[in-house]
Amino acid sequence: MTEPVIAARDVVKRFPGVLALDRVSLSLAPGEVHALVGENGAGKSTLIKILTGVYQADAGEIAYAGQPVTFARPLDAQTAGISTIYQEVNLIPLMSVARNLFLGREPRTRIGLIDTGRMNREAAEALARFNIDADVTRPLRTIGLGAQQMVALSRAVATDAKVLIMDEPTSSLEPREVETLFRVVRELSARGIAILYVSHRLDELYQLCSNVTVLRDGRVVHTGRIADLDRLTLISHMLGRDLAQVRREGVTGFTGHGDAAATEPVLVADGLTKRHVLHGISFDVKPGEVVGLGGLLGAGRSETAKAVVGALPVDSGAVTIAGKRLRRNSPKKAIRAGVAMLPEDRKAEGIIPGLSVRENIVLAALPRLTTAGVVSRARQDRIVETFMKRLRIKASSPEQRVSELSGGNQQKVLLARWLCLHPKLLLLDEPTRGIDVGAKAEVQALVDELAGEGLAVVLISSDLEELVEGADRVVVLRAGAVVGELAGDDVSEHAIMATLAAHEGEPDE
Amino acid sequence: MSELAARPGWDRRQLARYVQNYGVYAAVVVLLAYNALFTRNFVDMGNMRTQLVQVAPVIIVALGMALVIGTEGVDLSVGSVMALAAAVIPLYLGFGLWPAIIMSLLIGLAAGLVNGTLVAVVGLQPIVATLALLVAGRGIALVIAGGQLKQVHNADLIALGTNDVAGLPVVVWIAAVLALLTGLLVRRTTYGRQLVAIGGNRAAAGLAGLPVRRVLIVTYVLCGVLAGLAGVLATARLRASDPSAIGNLMELSAITAVVVGGTPLSGGKVRVLGTVAGALVMQLVRATLIKHDLPDSTAQMVQAVIILVAVYVARERRTR
Repeated sequence: MTEPVIAARDVVKRFPGVLALDRVSLSLAPGEVHALVGENGAGKSTLIKILTGVYQADAGEIAYAGQPVTFARPLDAQTAGISTIYQEVNLIPLMSVARNLFLGREPRTRIGLIDTGRMNREAAEALARFNIDADVTRPLRTIGLGAQQMVALSRAVATDAKVLIMDEPTSSLEPREVETLFRVVRELSARGIAILYVSHRLDELYQLCSNVTVLRDGRVVHTGRIADLDRLTLISHMLGRDLAQVRREGVTGFTGHGDAAATEPVLVADGLTKRHVLHGISFDVKPGEVVGLGGLLGAGRSETAKAVVGALPVDSGAVTIAGKRLRRNSPKKAIRAGVAMLPEDRKAEGIIPGLSVRENIVLAALPRLTTAGVVSRARQDRIVETFMKRLRIKASSPEQRVSELSGGNQQKVLLARWLCLHPKLLLLDEPTRGIDVGAKAEVQALVDELAGEGLAVVLISSDLEELVEGADRVVVLRAGAVVGELAGDDVSEHAIMATLAAHEGEPDE
Repeated sequence: MSELAARPGWDRRQLARYVQNYGVYAAVVVLLAYNALFTRNFVDMGNMRTQLVQVAPVIIVALGMALVIGTEGVDLSVGSVMALAAAVIPLYLGFGLWPAIIMSLLIGLAAGLVNGTLVAVVGLQPIVATLALLVAGRGIALVIAGGQLKQVHNADLIALGTNDVAGLPVVVWIAAVLALLTGLLVRRTTYGRQLVAIGGNRAAAGLAGLPVRRVLIVTYVLCGVLAGLAGVLATARLRASDPSAIGNLMELSAITAVVVGGTPLSGGKVRVLGTVAGALVMQLVRATLIKHDLPDSTAQMVQAVIILVAVYVARERRTR
């Protein structure tokens, strides 16, 4: 085997309270296309950031072309020959294609001005090599996303890169553009450039990559040739389930909410479609039923939830709540119809950090506590007291700032915000992520209790155990489409992973 | 580990928070006390009256500005809206005082509607959206006024600018009542709470079903109407409608009052009483320096320092 062009050895990175990377090793030979996979929080981005000089490792070493190196800044890594292409194109949309290609290294005339003629000519040549036919004098944003991605690529390799890191490059591309991208990647690999390829689309990995490294919770759980690894095993590595022991026993308090089958569904989602994101998602949820949405990262689970509450405008498809179809959906209308959603990103989309616990709880209910525009403090206090007690929210007082609370308590505050509206349908997107074990159990028990009272619940969780224990039925998504539905005794971790793997072979839509 | 880090800085944190919350009121008291002791004829009825009359329009405009800033926005057009309101007064004064005032307020409302729509519906940055009206508004006002100052002789309007009620000038009463109403609006009404929530986290507020657009538009409208009212009062005091001078640089005075009063530019918090105190501090500082025969340029530099100090004190401490 040839000497690796870049190698990380026993790299450790700590953040306050988290061990982000725990003795991670990874090496890339020239011309190798290496897949890096893992779920959210596995440490992929941290590793990339260390390789590109954004972060520095706390321990361990990075060797570049056989020499130990430290990249203090991203620029150091770039000068050394490590280029990165991010998910979202990192270029300047209003500048011309050629300017973007040559940004920071423009050809100059003798008196130091930019030699536009030469720059445009060379830019056109560079793109032609990748079979991209675009007018290089037009602003970057006027060309397609795929072509923009190509510009980023040619920019990356034009700087004499030895290593190319691609972070989910295909997430916003059309299938045809993906093909072009693959062709270019193969060409680059043939030229001896080592490529680290991050993606959640397993199909792509099997098509493109020779080796794979799986990260989970900051540790390398597997590394080796991708051809030796079948999809099911790969998925089980990513999700952290030992195939031999996935069959869980133990009674779940969640199953058997009576005659759910007989009643009218609270939610009917019918053919929710949004270009590049959702492809005809249909499912229903009955009162007292907990329906889980399963799938890998990027499968469209959160997007489905957002489409149901009207926070993600869809191209087509219908959402029906308790028999009434929501037209031109918006969060406001969905909430009025009885839908509540606990968003995945608690900080960005949930809490209002500057306000108190009380104000965060009553936020959505304000109009209902108002007479002639004035909010009744007594009615607020009553609600807040009830829910703080019922959800056991630990705060020094209702007037404490919500940002001072722990993650678990913030989550409970958000739950209270929705529960005081008495919703019919509750959408929970990763309700227990990032909260401590005790609070996690409390939230899970609460979901169970609420379903017992007849609330319809949609549960999104990357934690398979939580999904299997919590859900009566699991709808499995992949690449924005429903690929399977499991109910009753069929709901098991193994079955979910098998469904995910079985459908991986099918071509993308 | 956070406990270890927190311990030694605890007292300083507490102090910082105290300064953040009450510093501006302390500044008002200190300035008054200083002048009572060292400045002749400062704390007497005549001078206090002048100071209050001068600061009242700033307070009225700053109240609206505080609401807008609370939504993480800013309204640069308030000065021009004052000029617009002043410009229409002579046109309608023939019908009586009330029609003229109502037209002025309607002009303010229309300006606010334009600003609010540009921000909430079109999605422009507030600073850009309101910049348009800052530039255009005064131009339109000059066109309406035919480019010249017009004396007003309506006795009712002049009375509004000069008369007293219960020992205090009418304008001061108006500013005080409006401050009280704005305080209630922010603290006690659904609109006020929604405004603060939207300023604190717009994405979350939208997902919680709050009428984000409506609240933003109403906020800019309130700010516009208050600026219109300030324009009327300025005209009454000047006894003339002078669109080229009325409200000049008022946007900066108002923003300064709000910031010095402890409302963060990042939104999510509205300090109404603080805003009033902020306007008073700036007024008193300037008056103090002038009474001590320091040139206006010095006053401006001191004011600049106060703004920097206020922003430094008010900056959000990271809790994470």
